[in-house]
Amino acid sequence: MSAPASELALAAPARFTGLRRLLREPLGLAGLILVALFLLGALLAPWLAPYDPNALDVRARLEGPSLAHLAGTDQLGRDTFSRVLHGGRVALQVAAWSIGASLLLGILLGMLAGYGPRWLDNALLLLFDTVRSFPTIMFALAAVTLAGPSLEMVILIIVVTSVPVYGRIVRTQTLSLKETEFILAERSLGAGPARILGVHVLPNVIGPLLILASMDVPVVVTVEAGLSFLGLGVRPPTPSWGNILADGYAFIRNSPWLVIAGGVPLILTTLGFTFLGEALRDIFDPRLRRTF
Amino acid sequence: MMLYALRRLGLALVIVVCAMAVLFGMIHLVPGDPITIALGPRATEAMRAAFLAKMRLDEPLHVQFLAFAGGVLRGDLGADVFSNRSVTTIVMEQLPYTLALAGAGLGWAVLAGIPLGCYSALHRGSLFDKLSGVLTVGAIAIPSFVVALYSLLVFAVWLRWLPAIGAGEAGDPVDQLLHLILPAFAIGLGWVGYLARLVRASMLEVMGENHIRTARAFGLPERLIVYRYALKIAILPTVTLLGVGAGNLLSGAVFAEIVFARPGIGKLIYDMAITRNYPVVQGAVLVTTVLFVLSALLADLLNAWLDPRVRASL
Repeated sequence: MSAPASELALAAPARFTGLRRLLREPLGLAGLILVALFLLGALLAPWLAPYDPNALDVRARLEGPSLAHLAGTDQLGRDTFSRVLHGGRVALQVAAWSIGASLLLGILLGMLAGYGPRWLDNALLLLFDTVRSFPTIMFALAAVTLAGPSLEMVILIIVVTSVPVYGRIVRTQTLSLKETEFILAERSLGAGPARILGVHVLPNVIGPLLILASMDVPVVVTVEAGLSFLGLGVRPPTPSWGNILADGYAFIRNSPWLVIAGGVPLILTTLGFTFLGEALRDIFDPRLRRTF
Repeated sequence: MMLYALRRLGLALVIVVCAMAVLFGMIHLVPGDPITIALGPRATEAMRAAFLAKMRLDEPLHVQFLAFAGGVLRGDLGADVFSNRSVTTIVMEQLPYTLALAGAGLGWAVLAGIPLGCYSALHRGSLFDKLSGVLTVGAIAIPSFVVALYSLLVFAVWLRWLPAIGAGEAGDPVDQLLHLILPAFAIGLGWVGYLARLVRASMLEVMGENHIRTARAFGLPERLIVYRYALKIAILPTVTLLGVGAGNLLSGAVFAEIVFARPGIGKLIYDMAITRNYPVVQGAVLVTTVLFVLSALLADLLNAWLDPRVRASL
């Protein structure tokens, strides 16, 4: 029982030095602040937003920024700042669900490919390569043509296109771990595949995978906004950064504020997660630096 | 080399066949009746029967797929649901616009990204290096369609320097070139960042190697060392990246074409997706997928030809 305790004691200070190093790095700190702002804005949107995001005020259409409307109003007189805050909620929701599901499926299929029989490995690799051979947005357009646009469809598309990426990484790691001596020792002690994969392989693959997943958040947020911008993602009137940009695009000659207000949070969020992810990767796993 | 090329080609072929099966299978996987999806709920019985016969939906699935695959081999991608025009013709009309856009985007990324990365590596730790480090990460992170929207706003709406919509008058190369600038800037900006980072990293690695030290010991001028010896090797990883990146570029082209109302494959797929014209979507997505697989194949072959170590890995 003493072994895990001493391991913990060793791991704890390492984690804190990691955090301290993150705070010393200016870009990492900037990323952390931006990500915190995004999370706070998204989680607290109902309390922070000054207006109902869908409340119409037709007399105040397409206004510029003012004290009453911090980021102006859209073509129906809805408060853009409130819509941006609530749009962050949609982005966070899509990111959390789709990355969570992709990680779970990717780990499962990747370990199956790496540890299972050879034919299964080949079949899964072929499946991964096939799915990855479609350009993401093209695949999304084809899927939406058939099933119609919705929030669930966006999540499904992201899961289908990101599972192969995670799956391939997990497979490679599992393959190399399979040959190590401690797995051999475990096998000779009579441990079954479930125990080997769950207790010994999983903890070794999950660290780098989580860093990669955090670097995928901006990609996912972009895909959601992009599909919603095209009218193929979240349905109006639900506020999403992509929907705000689509409204702004339609009125770009009359009022630039909508496009600016929809784009800035998207840029800050993607920058925040990218800076944070890069800093975390450099601190915890410099080996990943080459694969970006 | 021959064996590697053959195996890599075989893999590409298998992937294209699987991609065809996925695209074809999707219409049957989605709940609902394909006829209603294509024609809408208000189609008459006669229209439904005609569509059923034309798309051969009454035959078993594998027969349908073989007919589709056979058509693809002969260059026949099916017909538009509404106008009955050949999908191959429709796609081929739009393809040159997208290829020009992708080429221009990648072209400016290469012209700006490689020198930027090279200069940063040679002046490691300088203010320029640090600044370009932040800017390149920023360029990678910002979504290309936001770049497209903002550059449309700034350069076409506010400053009125460049045209906002279309691909320019046919037969007027200058006009077409002017219409190409903003979309190409938008889809290429992220790639400038990618390339600069990659070239910087590999240049730093190469500059520390023994043969560079030997060249220095021989007293060769620094300029010769950088351009003749180091850059030639440092540029290798970009070849693979460009091949894989073609897919991302095609996705970015969808947005650029829609924002700037440019004709092209991306706009075609989008317009057809809105009207639920699946045969055209299927054909156009298949063509872009084949293009993507081909460019990845070319990059891999080129890489294997340049670097013998790669050949052993497949």
